[in-house]
Amino acid sequence: MDDAVFNRIRERLAGIAGEAAVAHGILVLEIEPTRLLEVVRALKDEFGFDMFLDVTAVDWPQREPRFDVVWHFYSTREFVRVRVRTRVQFADPTVDTLTKLYGSANYMERECHDMYGIVFRGNDDLRPILLYEGFEGHPLRKDYPKHREQPLVPYRDPKP
Amino acid sequence: MSVPAGRPAPSGAFEFLTTKKDEFVGWARKFSLFPYPFVTACCAMEFMSVSSTLYDTDRFGAALPRFTPRQSDLLMVVGTVTHKQAPILRKVYEQMCEPKWVIAFGVCATSGGFYQNYAALPGIDKIIPVDLYIPGCPPRPEMVIDGIMKLQDRIAGDRHPIVNERF
Repeated sequence: MDDAVFNRIRERLAGIAGEAAVAHGILVLEIEPTRLLEVVRALKDEFGFDMFLDVTAVDWPQREPRFDVVWHFYSTREFVRVRVRTRVQFADPTVDTLTKLYGSANYMERECHDMYGIVFRGNDDLRPILLYEGFEGHPLRKDYPKHREQPLVPYRDPKP
Repeated sequence: MSVPAGRPAPSGAFEFLTTKKDEFVGWARKFSLFPYPFVTACCAMEFMSVSSTLYDTDRFGAALPRFTPRQSDLLMVVGTVTHKQAPILRKVYEQMCEPKWVIAFGVCATSGGFYQNYAALPGIDKIIPVDLYIPGCPPRPEMVIDGIMKLQDRIAGDRHPIVNERF
């Protein structure tokens, strides 16, 4: 049953999305960052993917484009999941925001911005959500030093 | 034997005893620890276990949790403290009245434990003074009880200035 849905999605997005393999029961759509809104709108309006599950990123420090940005959606009509993946450059890690389509995307885009520095074009509220004001860098990038701390409270004198 | 009117008859037991001020105050303080549980992580489960019926820290006079730092004199920091939380912990500590003691409960509060990254504070003693460390992930209730008793021994043997410039 899932395959039938996946095949319809493949047909609909032929020419827009690249590879569309099934991994662990999830359809994986590889797309260009510029096609994001088009693809997600089609998924939402035509296939019932009305639940925004997550957006995150993957850092491949040796690769250019360096970052994968990954979204997950769930269809409450078809009961299947889909993963949308795209690649962005280190110099310009920008993708479109999905907050216009899914209100719940806001928090997760803020987290992704905190951790990886992905910029969501059109999301005006990319304040830190898990980190704090004044935090420099993006800690889940591979080049963030493992031991680098940015304490908010000055450390005590370590005398006994 | 004639007893003056209006006075109770002597019972024959101790009518008074002598002690030293520090010993007396220490004895009183060690059995009236009011803990403030600053509970942030999984060690909370062990804290519940040690403070409730089976192990029961109330037996040691250290159970009645006060959920305001202003009424407590023992700060129990139970679990991981992140850098983002550190200002809150400092504020809680500063709100407590003297005399006050701090227990670092569990390895995260003691040293950051296995968290060694951008998020976690590597031990609460980086920001507030700590009197007693209880390691373990989480510590066994017996260790916590042992720790409380050690702290009580320390309080009993300590100097207790009643009036000074700070208190």
